[in-house]
Amino acid sequence: MAIRRLFIANRGEIAVRIIRTCRALGIETVLGVSEADRGSLGAHLADRVLCIGPAQPALSYLRVETIVQAALGSGCDAIHPGYGFLSERADLARLCEAEGVIFVGPTAEQIEAVGDKLRARAAAEEAGVPVIPGGAAGTPDEARALAAAIGVPILVKAAGGGGGRGMKLVEDARDLAATMDMASAEAGAAFGDARVYLEHYVATGRHIEVQVLGDGAGGVIHLGERDCSVQRRYQKLIEETPAPHLPAVTRDALHAAAVRFAARLSYRGAGTVEFLYDVPRDAFYFLEMNARIQVEHPVTEAVTGIDLIAEQIAIAEGRGLRFAQEDVSCAGAAIECRINAEDPARDFAPSPGTVSTVRWPTGEGIRVDTHIIDGARIPPFYDSMIAKVIAHGADRAEALARLRAALANTRIEGIATNLAFQTAILADADFARGGVDTGFLARFLDQRIAA
Amino acid sequence: MTLTRAEVDRIIALLEGSRFDRLSLEMDGLKLDLVRSGATPSAPRAAPPPVEIAPPPPPPVARDGLVEVKSPLLGIYYRAPRPGEPPFVEVGARVEPDTIIGIIEVMKLMNTARAGVTGEVVEIVAANGEMVEHGETLLLVRPD
Repeated sequence: MAIRRLFIANRGEIAVRIIRTCRALGIETVLGVSEADRGSLGAHLADRVLCIGPAQPALSYLRVETIVQAALGSGCDAIHPGYGFLSERADLARLCEAEGVIFVGPTAEQIEAVGDKLRARAAAEEAGVPVIPGGAAGTPDEARALAAAIGVPILVKAAGGGGGRGMKLVEDARDLAATMDMASAEAGAAFGDARVYLEHYVATGRHIEVQVLGDGAGGVIHLGERDCSVQRRYQKLIEETPAPHLPAVTRDALHAAAVRFAARLSYRGAGTVEFLYDVPRDAFYFLEMNARIQVEHPVTEAVTGIDLIAEQIAIAEGRGLRFAQEDVSCAGAAIECRINAEDPARDFAPSPGTVSTVRWPTGEGIRVDTHIIDGARIPPFYDSMIAKVIAHGADRAEALARLRAALANTRIEGIATNLAFQTAILADADFARGGVDTGFLARFLDQRIAA
Repeated sequence: MTLTRAEVDRIIALLEGSRFDRLSLEMDGLKLDLVRSGATPSAPRAAPPPVEIAPPPPPPVARDGLVEVKSPLLGIYYRAPRPGEPPFVEVGARVEPDTIIGIIEVMKLMNTARAGVTGEVVEIVAANGEMVEHGETLLLVRPD
């Protein structure tokens, strides 16, 4: 069924991004905004704006019933959840299914299957995808035996966690039982699910993920990988494609593993299969699957020329995959920098406020995804990411040079941002060489403090 | 999942034979609360909050000194408790802050909207059965 009017259940840059594709496709947009976002760029661009509640996300963007009521009441035939907020909430997908509204995303069942990290781990094993040595342990004796088999250090992970949340490191096997108890209690409080499991802790790893598209009937293709190893406390800061210095055989195996995993679920829509790449051993392990569009999707769009939002919509309309694996080719390299309203000098504290003036870069190979214009307000209630600057080039060196020049031509006045910090990372020799691991940023910060 | 009458009777018998005064059972969308008669509900389970939206903050004074009574949430506005019944308020009616002025339906959940002000209803702005936004004006009231 063709979508004629789409409800956007999100805010910020991704709302603007979705509106852009809808305009190109001739789809009308209705944007749900909180009171704090009435004056946002997305609100100016959408065909219709509905205020869904007060600024606090729990009273607006996170209200499943309000979102569906707003979509039905405004005559929308589909809901796009963006990322974050309700994007991976099975109850939204389920209510859409019950009300006959198209949910632009996977089925409720698929969201649940990948949201339960222990279940996802089991599915990966069944699909022949390597997982980190570990597993569930029901009793203290089982945990002891498992710990002895996989060896310390060990990560205790919450089955309901993910995205770096709900993890605890055990370096001494004698601390295992106490840490598991604590992790379980915290997981119960944070995720409503007290189950935890164990995994060997891979010290030197790179975070590499594979973009997939599934038609919901078992057909799955991949759109290459992204290296997201530059992270601060599990929050990604810079993402790029292709992953630098990855052996061709490993890259192919990674892509194939992601496709096998998604195909096993008969996955529908756009999704990302995340892996931890163990550098010294040239081995990779399944981490989790994200059942939504990702923040870093533009680097994939840059090298493939494919509009991922448009493909999400096509799949949601029941049109399946519009190209075969052999039709997908990756040209050059692309790097994305996240610009956050946070102050690196104050331990990255969020810096909400009003942007007095802003100048975004333009130029060959440069793309900026943002909702920030002169006078834009950055409310304190939401994520601090305000823009993504993406550079595409014939190779990584050209993309990096373009990104450096682009950041040098960016001005954001009125609030503190991480712009200078990102500029410093791009100037780092290790980053320039490419292929840094997830410990890179912590070392980089230590050096800056020491200097 | 449902419980038969016989099963409920057996659960009651179990409670009676126990040293507990209260039993709460939740399973697959079914919820059973039993309290022994005469027992002081020492630590009763927190009841689900009634669907009652806090009265809106003192509404801003609009044109001609009138106050806009705004919808506390997004949903379908109904002027009457049920179709065919008289509306909660008509033009000319007196309202107090607690006076119910309508129902806002969100996916079959009915929420009451209250006046939040003392005065006389001058105009009904929102249309019955239509969707209103969070903060959309429902009525105009001339405050005392």
